[in-house]
Amino acid sequence: MRKRILNNSLLTIMFGVLFFSFSNQAFAQEDSISTDPAAIAAGKSLFSANCKSCHNIHEKMVGPALANVYDRAPSIDWIKAFIKNPTRVIQSGDQYAVDLFEEYGVYMTAFALEDEQIMDILAYVQDETIKGPEVVAADPTAEGGGAAAAGGTVPTEYLNVIVIGLIVVLLLILGVLVLILNIMKRYLNQQGEMDEEDRELVDQRFSLGSMMRSKAFIFLATFILTALVAKGVINGLYNVGIQRGYAPTQPIAYSHELHAGQYEIDCNYCHTGVRKSKSANIPSANICMNCHSAIKPESPEIQKIYAALENEQPIEWVRIHNLPDLAYFNHAQHVQVADLECQTCHGAIEEMEVVEQHSLLTMGWCIECHRTTEVNTKDNAYYEKLLEYHKGEKMTVEDIGGLECAKCHY
Amino acid sequence: MKETKKKYWKGLEQLTNDPGYVKYADREFAEKLPLPGEETNGSSRRDFLKMMGFSIAAASVAACEAPVRKAIPYLNKPVDVDPGIPNYYASTYASGGNYCSILVKTREGRPIKIEGNTLSDITRGGTSAQVEASVLSLYDDARYKNPTINGESTDWDSFDADVKAKLAAGPVRVVTNTVMSPSTRAAIDAFVQKYPSTEVVTYDTQSAAGILKANEESFGKAALPSYDFSKANVIVSFDADFLATWLSPIEYAKQYSQTRKINSNNRSMSRHYHYESNLSVTGANADFRVPIKPSRQGPVVAALYNAIASKAGAASAGGAKDADHIKKAADELWANRGKSLVVSGSNDPAVQVLVNAINDLLNNYGSTIDLRNHSNYRKGDDASMTKFVADLKSGSVASVIFMDCNPIFNHPRGAEIAEALSKSALTLSTAGLKDETAEACSHVAPTDHFLESWGDVEPRPGVLNLVQPTITRLFDTRQSESSLLSWAGQDSNYFEFVKARWKEAYYPNQDKFMDFQMFWDSCLHDGVYTDSSKMEEETTETGAFAGDIVAAASSIASNYKGSELELALYFKAGVGDGTQANNPWLQEMPDPITKATWDNYVTVSQSFASANGIVQQEGIPWNMVNLTVGNTTMELPVIIQPGQAPGTIGLALGYGRTQAGKVADNIGKNAYPLTSVINGHRSYYVLSGVTLTASENKYQVARTQTHETYMGRDTVIQEATLEDYKTDAFAGRHRPHIATWQEESGESEPGKISLWKGHEYPDHHWGLAIDLNSCTGCGACTIACQVENNIPVVGREEVINRREMHWIRIDRYYSSDADAEDLNGLEKAAANPEVTFQPMMCQHCNNAPCETVCPVAATTHSTEGLNMMAYNRCIGTRYCANNCPYKVRRFNWFKYHDNKQFSDANTSMNSDLGKMVLNPDVTVRSRGVMEKCSLCVQRIQYGKLEAKKERRKLNDSDINTACASACPADAIVFGDIANPESKISKMLKIQTSTDKIDKEVGEERAYAVLEEIGVKPNVLYLTKIRNKDKA
Repeated sequence: MRKRILNNSLLTIMFGVLFFSFSNQAFAQEDSISTDPAAIAAGKSLFSANCKSCHNIHEKMVGPALANVYDRAPSIDWIKAFIKNPTRVIQSGDQYAVDLFEEYGVYMTAFALEDEQIMDILAYVQDETIKGPEVVAADPTAEGGGAAAAGGTVPTEYLNVIVIGLIVVLLLILGVLVLILNIMKRYLNQQGEMDEEDRELVDQRFSLGSMMRSKAFIFLATFILTALVAKGVINGLYNVGIQRGYAPTQPIAYSHELHAGQYEIDCNYCHTGVRKSKSANIPSANICMNCHSAIKPESPEIQKIYAALENEQPIEWVRIHNLPDLAYFNHAQHVQVADLECQTCHGAIEEMEVVEQHSLLTMGWCIECHRTTEVNTKDNAYYEKLLEYHKGEKMTVEDIGGLECAKCHY
Repeated sequence: MKETKKKYWKGLEQLTNDPGYVKYADREFAEKLPLPGEETNGSSRRDFLKMMGFSIAAASVAACEAPVRKAIPYLNKPVDVDPGIPNYYASTYASGGNYCSILVKTREGRPIKIEGNTLSDITRGGTSAQVEASVLSLYDDARYKNPTINGESTDWDSFDADVKAKLAAGPVRVVTNTVMSPSTRAAIDAFVQKYPSTEVVTYDTQSAAGILKANEESFGKAALPSYDFSKANVIVSFDADFLATWLSPIEYAKQYSQTRKINSNNRSMSRHYHYESNLSVTGANADFRVPIKPSRQGPVVAALYNAIASKAGAASAGGAKDADHIKKAADELWANRGKSLVVSGSNDPAVQVLVNAINDLLNNYGSTIDLRNHSNYRKGDDASMTKFVADLKSGSVASVIFMDCNPIFNHPRGAEIAEALSKSALTLSTAGLKDETAEACSHVAPTDHFLESWGDVEPRPGVLNLVQPTITRLFDTRQSESSLLSWAGQDSNYFEFVKARWKEAYYPNQDKFMDFQMFWDSCLHDGVYTDSSKMEEETTETGAFAGDIVAAASSIASNYKGSELELALYFKAGVGDGTQANNPWLQEMPDPITKATWDNYVTVSQSFASANGIVQQEGIPWNMVNLTVGNTTMELPVIIQPGQAPGTIGLALGYGRTQAGKVADNIGKNAYPLTSVINGHRSYYVLSGVTLTASENKYQVARTQTHETYMGRDTVIQEATLEDYKTDAFAGRHRPHIATWQEESGESEPGKISLWKGHEYPDHHWGLAIDLNSCTGCGACTIACQVENNIPVVGREEVINRREMHWIRIDRYYSSDADAEDLNGLEKAAANPEVTFQPMMCQHCNNAPCETVCPVAATTHSTEGLNMMAYNRCIGTRYCANNCPYKVRRFNWFKYHDNKQFSDANTSMNSDLGKMVLNPDVTVRSRGVMEKCSLCVQRIQYGKLEAKKERRKLNDSDINTACASACPADAIVFGDIANPESKISKMLKIQTSTDKIDKEVGEERAYAVLEEIGVKPNVLYLTKIRNKDKA
């Protein structure tokens, strides 16, 4: 997902790094929270994948705001224990935990995280705590910064402007030319020193009727018409079965814009299969309930999930991306192995109130990408032999057999 | 190659050049399109316009609206189920006394494939056709779906109330097949405790009561010994088909194949003598096979005993009759004392006592035979069953419970049982699948399929296997053990029952786990657990041999009189005892020997056929025969079987079901009632009173024997004798050479010149190595492939039309030196031919002839050596099949799925229930496209992706094809021949070369079929070596 650039971040990071390089030396101990950028980055992705749906750093959500949690909680070990098994800590009668439970009224889900992973998350939380809350709405320049950062390719609006500009320029040139022609004609007529042939040429009248009757015109017109119709038919036929832009109404008005866009919940949180399986998985109702047992339970849309669970009647979502049965597609290959962003095929899903099919999903579309995309071989021993074979040249999916029939059809 | 006179032939049709055979031999397809009967009197112009109009309308409608598809997620997703990812659960297949430790592959909660469990010390990852096919029985529409009383559906509570009231009335009998499960026995015990008048009656469809009796007489222990064929240098088998149907064929095939694996470093293998009447799978694999009449079985065993006894200085027995090779076998057995094994499939205790005596004299007890640590495969007692029938007839049995058994069909006295049932107040069957016994009972308490059940199996003392459910029960059924517990007034939760029993019986005997749950989880995960203290406890010392040889010999002398025509009944590797007869995969599996499908039939020898005017013609129906045994006459088709002992006829059991479901009903005839009694025990031989007369009616058995035949190719099978192999590792190899303009001496290999540049394989290069010496021909691979690759069943008629769809077929070749010019020669050739099995599938040629002729490039070559087939590109010209030298491509002549025409045969593709077994990763092909072995490309892709996901190199063990993993003999090896560490590379001694195109194969025995045509297959075969003396 594209992230907004913050104006004040640089300063805070510099400040933070200074501050912590000092504090680290002063209070170096085993459980100290790392300021290593790698740990922070690792913590960030862990946070997005596991914590984000219920916690924010600076705001209360389902659970408490996490800023300063490392100072606030009884100890780092307590945090570790709590994350691994919140229920047990609460039931053990720990006062801090019991207070938390009473305040928020929900048990936190247990996470099977390693100690180092928890420390990474804390590193990220600490980093964010120091940065302070983002002041997005109050900063009018943030939006513009985002747009500029998103550059790189020319947006379509610009293309239109350029085209219109060009047409205007061309029309102006045409006008100037006609003007010059008229002036020239008038000048030649005034001079009056022309012979018959020249006069005929100058006085030649443009006749629409005669042109329409000319064989060349009829041929041209017929040809253009036939070509247009043929093109229309071919385009139409090529579009048979293509559902690009298909955005059916779903049984529950779920908004990706809200969840993935505004709240930045990691796609992986709900689509649990996307990194390990062929299918990304439509989330089961119990995943919704992780948050919605506490958040907005009164909403009529969320009531539908409650009803589904109570009646044991699964929710029948309308399938948007329909590949034919003869084509085998595997999400894990593309997301886990190739490390592609979801948006590459699904478009700006975080901006979609109602999800629509973004890509063509035709074989041509698949092949196009396989022809141009370089294989992500980073830290993947599987590709060693192939890399050696291609000796540092660019290695696209096509180069390793990505266009072969039996890669997708069996 | 040494010139031999040996000719290879697939069947007598080929040997005699039958017109029906010649007609089809050079053709890939039996007829041209359109199929007869499909064509009307030509299409009229109006038809054309109608079609046009419809197509345009259909196209425009289709263009307007794509169908709305639903995506329905779980409500509460189970933690360990992820859509798209298979889960494997260890479990156990146990049907009667047949046992196999298995892994069940499930997708989205549906079991779709069964694999062998390599953690088992007994079956060691092998499976059989029946085990592989059993997953389809789970989705059989003929299953009972709820409890019924007198045919009326009811609920379990009222059913139980009714049953309990009736059980209280009086004497109860529980009839079972062999129960190998200690927990089931405990459940039965609980039932017996509640109803003390209960007697438990156990019988087996393939009875081994004679062996138990003989062991009791000989060693004081009525048990089945555990055999170890892997330790035997010399094996003598008297009609024990231990590689396909006898007792525990998967286990024995694993052991046996170890003694047949040879290479230039290990040039020794076991020697195997076989005495039998019908040509069996085991007989076909023997080095010396001697056809004898059933009436000679006893006397020939006695002759072998005498030969051994004279060496050992023991007393000889009377009644002996010599047979070919007995002296030679005796010499070799004696030379290999302690490393030899004599087995007999006979159910006559007298014969088995002599076999015990032979093994005792040979010191085989403790090495190749273990009676101390016995096997539990057969516990049936013929005598108690006889008593039960008498009791039932006398009306003294008030209640009878048939627990997971079907005696009305598969007991010789089934008809009497059916008749006498009306005398009992309560007749109850716990059959899960519809069967004859349940249909005759008043109450049916349907049990779960074993893939829905909990349980345990103890094939040997202390060797414990767990059975766990892999799917929630599909219907309102209840495990028979739960039913017994509930009638006994106990908690009917059998899972808790098994678990509690394990906690009590096995958990305390180990010290690895401190917590029962951990112990239980570990056992469930592995599927197998060995309790050595239990093994010790139940291992009982056996006394010295104390059998009465004189009595045995005189019993043999008086019982084995013999007559002109004798009948030997046998089991088939596919349908087996008939329990799974309603499984179309097994019905359509070609019999390993006769290559017949969908029928049982009488097999006769060529000499008998010549003498009695039995003529069999290829491609057309021929006369049936009337078989009379005693008072029973049945009309059956007849097949002339090479290797059939003269004066004998064979007939398979397990057919002739009448109440099994739409697949099996009325296929073949039930031969169980024909079995006789010899020496007080059930015998599958009928020694007298057998007559065979010609019938007027004609019938054609659907056989695949001559389908896909090579014309005029002599080097498809390459074989040698062990003696020759010992001196020359290239023995038997046909190594074609060609002359080129550069090298006129003719020293070039055919592969050296080519029109093509060859394919470069930068990464993997997949290949198969098939050892003809270990392949037993059992057919497990055929079914494994069918399950894995969604291969349709086409039905009897379509097999006759030569349109079977199996991607892997096992070609069975006969060979003999005899010249079959005339009828005498034919008889000689067919008397006792040698047999070779050759699994044949797409050879994935590097210069594939199919690829070059496809007009639409639907079949192409991959950078990993696969010959790929894109079904949706195929337009069905069938050029590829015409151009395939191996005839391994299959054409979809019909739409086999969702087609009423095939719904009775192809059950896995014609109902929602059946379709649950389909592999979701493999396309279901439609009419008009070509298909063939893909080398399980879906498994290759899956294995590669797993490695990529874990960011590691691909390991050799990550990928295996369905055929290779099913093979109980490890005859098929799959792997990456570009990886020098892989098993296949080592086996074929692949020489690493800098050139990534062709690989040099160093193994002397390895050859490509039809090497001379230069298509360079990626499937290589290892020569067949027979342990015969120098020819």
